[in-house]
Amino acid sequence: MIALGALIAVLAVPLGGAALLALLADYRLTARLNILFSLVAFLFSLSFLFRRPPPGPLFMIDDLNVVFIVLNTFVGFTTSLFSAGYIGHELETGRLTPATLRFYHAMYQLMLFGMNLALVAANIGVMWAAVELATLSTVMMVGIYRTHEAIEAAWKYFILGSVGIALALFGTILVYLAARPVVGEGNAGMIWTVLLAHARGFDPALLDTAFVFLLLGYGTKVGLVPMHAWLPDAHAEGPTPISAVLSGLLLNVALYALLRFKILLAACPGAIAPGPLMVALGLVSALLAAFMLYRRRDIKRLFAYSSIEQMGIIVFAFGMAGPLGNLAGLLQMAMHSLTKSAIFFSVGHVAQAKGTQRMEEMGGLTESHPLLGWTLVAGVVAIAGLPPFGIFTSEFLVVSSSFARVPLLAAAVVLALLVAFGALFVRLGGIAFGPVRGEVGPVRASSFPIFAHLLLVLAAGLWLPPPLISWFRHAAALLG
Amino acid sequence: MGFSFDIAHLLAGLMVLTSLLLLYQDRIGALLNVLRLHGLVLALALAWQAHLQSASDLFLAATIALVVKALVIPGALERLVERLAIHRLIETVGGIGPTMLGGIALVALSLRVMLPITAAADAVSRQDIALALSVVLIGLLIMVTRRNAVGQVAGFLSLDNGIDLAAGGARGMPLVVELSVAVSVLIAFIVIGIFLFRIRERFDTVDLAALEEFRGERR
Repeated sequence: MIALGALIAVLAVPLGGAALLALLADYRLTARLNILFSLVAFLFSLSFLFRRPPPGPLFMIDDLNVVFIVLNTFVGFTTSLFSAGYIGHELETGRLTPATLRFYHAMYQLMLFGMNLALVAANIGVMWAAVELATLSTVMMVGIYRTHEAIEAAWKYFILGSVGIALALFGTILVYLAARPVVGEGNAGMIWTVLLAHARGFDPALLDTAFVFLLLGYGTKVGLVPMHAWLPDAHAEGPTPISAVLSGLLLNVALYALLRFKILLAACPGAIAPGPLMVALGLVSALLAAFMLYRRRDIKRLFAYSSIEQMGIIVFAFGMAGPLGNLAGLLQMAMHSLTKSAIFFSVGHVAQAKGTQRMEEMGGLTESHPLLGWTLVAGVVAIAGLPPFGIFTSEFLVVSSSFARVPLLAAAVVLALLVAFGALFVRLGGIAFGPVRGEVGPVRASSFPIFAHLLLVLAAGLWLPPPLISWFRHAAALLG
Repeated sequence: MGFSFDIAHLLAGLMVLTSLLLLYQDRIGALLNVLRLHGLVLALALAWQAHLQSASDLFLAATIALVVKALVIPGALERLVERLAIHRLIETVGGIGPTMLGGIALVALSLRVMLPITAAADAVSRQDIALALSVVLIGLLIMVTRRNAVGQVAGFLSLDNGIDLAAGGARGMPLVVELSVAVSVLIAFIVIGIFLFRIRERFDTVDLAALEEFRGERR
C-alpha cells in the first residue's frame, strides 16, 4: 500500500506541480517550488529501493527500471537547482521574461511527469504516449528563446521527433498484432508482464518487423546516427538546463523503451537477435560522432556530439549483451547521465560569464573563473574516460567484455574512444588553459549540483558498494 | 463475409490512393482539400472496422477522426494560410514523375514486406496493416519532398492517419492507443500552429529554405 502510494506520488507530484506552476506568476516563487516538487519526487522514488509495489496492469517497477527512475528523479532535482541560478542571469540579460519563465517551469514539471510515466508504465501504449508527452514538452522549451536558431532547432527536433515517435507507434501496433493470437484481444496484449510471459509463442517474423520500427522510432530519440540530426541543434539553442535533462534523461528514457522490446525479442526463440542491429547502429554512431567532435565551434554543440558518441557506446554495450555487456551498458548509462549533466551545468555558467557559446572566444577559464574552470576540466576528464572516474570503469568493462568475444569490434570501440578523447582535450586545452580570452563576466554559480554529480561519478570510479553491484548485476541479468 | 472484407479493403485502398494524390499536390488549397478527403476516408474505414468487429470504441475513434482530422485540422490550417497570406504554391523537391514512382515503389515494398509475415493474422488485419504501412511510408515521402512548413505538416498528418488505420485494423486493440493518437495529434497541431506563427513572425515566410540559413551546424 505504502509502496503504491509512493508510486502514485512520483507521478502526481510533477503533474500537480505543472498545473500549479502554470497558475503562479512570481518567478522567484515558482523556481523554488520547482525545486521543491523535484525534490519530493526524488525522495518518493528513493523508497522504491526498499519497497516496491507489486506489478499491476497499469504500473510496474522491477530491477531494471528502478535504476532509471531513481536516476531520473535525482537529475531532475539537481537540474532544477541549477536552473534556479541559471534563469536569474537570463532574466537580467533579457533573454527570458517572467511570463516565459512561468511557462518554462510548468513545462519542466510536465516533462518530468512524462519521463516518470514512461519509466513506470506497464502498458506499451501508455509508455509510448508518455514518451510523446516528454518530447512535446521539451520541444516547447527548446524554442523558448525565440531566436532564429532556436525556432529552427525546435522545428527540426519537432519534425524528426514526431516521425520517430510515429514509427515507434507503428511498431507498438505490430507487437500487439503479434501478441493477439496468443494472449487474446484487449488490454492484455499491451502489458509487459503478460507479453513477456507469452513471448515464446509469438510470430517471430512479425516481431522482427516490429523491432525494426521500434529501433528506428525510439532510436531517433536516443540520438543514433543517422537519425541524430535534431540532437545537436536542440542542445545548443535551448536553455542549458534543458540541454542537461535532454542528454542526461530523455535519451535514457528512449533507450529504456528500446531495452524493454529487446528483452521481449530475446524471449521469442524464432526472432532475430536484436544484438547485431544495436551493435552496428551503436558503433556507427560512436565513430561518426567522435570524428565530428573535431569540427565543433560551439561549446554546447561539442558536448551534444559527445552525447551521441556516448549513447552509441551504450547501445553497443547492450547490443553485445551477456552479463558483462549489460552491466557495462547500465553502468555507462548512469555515469554518462551524471557526468554529462554536470558538464552542462558548468558550460551553462561559462556561457553566461562569457556571453557567448563560441569556443574561440573563451580561454584561460581556470585562471579567470577557477571554480567553473576546474569543474569543467574534471567533467571532461570524466567523460573522456580517464581514471579515477566511473566512466573509466564502465568503458573498461565495455571494451574488455567485447574484446573477449569479438576483438575486431572492441578495436573499433577503442578507436572511437581515442578519437573522442583527442577531440575533447584539444578543445578543453583552448578553453580552460592558456591566456584569458573573451569577456570575464561575474557569475553566481550554484556549485552544489555540479559537485554532487562529479563526486558520485568519482565515488563510483573508486569503489562501488557491493549492494549496488549486485543490484546492477540483477538488472543486467533481466536484460538477458 | 467476403463482401464486408471487400469493403474494408476498398476503404484502405482508397486511403493509399488519396495518399498518392497528396503526393503530387503543389498548391496549398488543393493539398488541404485532399487532406480532408484523407481524413474522411480514414473515418469511414474506422467506422467500417467498428461495424465488422462490433467494437463501439472504434466508432468513437472514427468520430474523432472525422471531426479532428477531416474538419478541424485542415480547416485551421486553411485559416492559418489565409491569415498569414502564405504563398499558394508549394515548392517540391524532385519532379512529380520520380516522386510518384517512388510512392508506387513504397506501396509495392510494404505489400511485399507485410503480407508474408502476417500470414498467421486474420485476412482483414493482414491487408489493412500492409496498406496502412504504405500510407505511413508515403506520408514520410511527402514530408521529405516538401520545403514548405504547411506541406510537411500535411505529410505528417497523413502519416498519422496511416497509423490510425493500422490501429483500427488490429482487432481488439485497446482504446488507449486511439485516444492518445487523437489527443497527441491535437497537441502536435497546437505546437505546429504556434511554430508557424513564430516562424512567420520572425522570417515573414513559412518557407523552410529561409530557416536553413540559420542552421547553426557550421558553428
